[in-house]
Amino acid sequence: MPDGSPKPETEQRSLRVKVWRGSGGEGGYETFEVPRQPSQTILDVVTWIQQHSDPNLTYRFACRVGMCGSCAMMVNDEPRWTCRTHVDRVLKGDELRIAPLRNLPVIKDLVTDMDPFFDKWVSAEARHHPTADRHSDFAAITPDDPHRLEASSGIECINCAVCYAACDTVAGNPDYLGPAALQRAWTLFNDARDEDGDAILDAVSGTGGCHNCHSMGSCAHYCPNELNPMTAIAGLKRATARRFLTGRGKRKPS
Amino acid sequence: MIDFRLYMLQRLSALIMVPLVFGHIAVMIYAVQDGLTAAEILGRTQGSIMWFLFYGSFVVAVSVHAAIGLRTIISEWTAMPMRLVNILCWSIMAGLLLLGGRAVLAVTWLGQAPGVLS
Repeated sequence: MPDGSPKPETEQRSLRVKVWRGSGGEGGYETFEVPRQPSQTILDVVTWIQQHSDPNLTYRFACRVGMCGSCAMMVNDEPRWTCRTHVDRVLKGDELRIAPLRNLPVIKDLVTDMDPFFDKWVSAEARHHPTADRHSDFAAITPDDPHRLEASSGIECINCAVCYAACDTVAGNPDYLGPAALQRAWTLFNDARDEDGDAILDAVSGTGGCHNCHSMGSCAHYCPNELNPMTAIAGLKRATARRFLTGRGKRKPS
Repeated sequence: MIDFRLYMLQRLSALIMVPLVFGHIAVMIYAVQDGLTAAEILGRTQGSIMWFLFYGSFVVAVSVHAAIGLRTIISEWTAMPMRLVNILCWSIMAGLLLLGGRAVLAVTWLGQAPGVLS
């Protein structure tokens, strides 16, 4: 680099990072100075703080490559998968604000209790109801089967709870099952190998069910894998309405 | 917090209202061509079973639809106990039915409608 030319922004400054500290519903933001680095992710920032400033900082991560869904946090008040979120993309000025995921109880610092999130997967009957035993033939499902395509559109969910944290309906109604659980239920409903579509429709028709969704679309907007739980929820609404009007539950595979 | 049956009832009442809204607007546009007077309206509606059923079903659909919608809004935006929300929304539905029914009777009943003050 020629003399006198400006240094890259990343060498010029450090970050002021406000990190939420506390547990049991009590706590506040603590500010740290973190050196700016090229291609730095939010998870890199949090890790730097723990390794160099405060080893007591508690956070959760595993794979660091956007596969496991462990490291989601609120970054500048928006839910993000922190291992794949570059500082460049979310920085406003020199300041970052990092907090635990919204809509979930906080265990400590940046770690939330994920039990309510996963309990709702069970409540939504988002589990496989098998039709076959070990002696059965394989289910022949063509890649262009419409039900398979519906299932495929939601199958890459990594359970990161970003959609759950983004959802204002969850915030207003703690009983609401949430986008991820409902999307999983819709995926299974469209699985030809799942035999209890009625159980799924019953589960998503309760007081916390899919009909609470206002189609605001925050789940689709923030999903890091660019899935669209809102569309899946609309599918469940259609399926429950069709069963109400015609008595027909799960469509048979074509 | 919404009950699935109420959800369906609200959609079905909306389906009923759609043609009625368009019918109402179409008649309004048609009717004002010769000037809009009370005598002209009453001349068309009084004693008409068709208009009684048209606006009667409109009032029923609106009352059901609005009460269910308000129930959802109140339960989401306030901390009011659900039992109180239900009582309030049943009352709102009854009020809309009463006011709407009174108005329908006033324009479709021949002579002095029962319960309607002149």
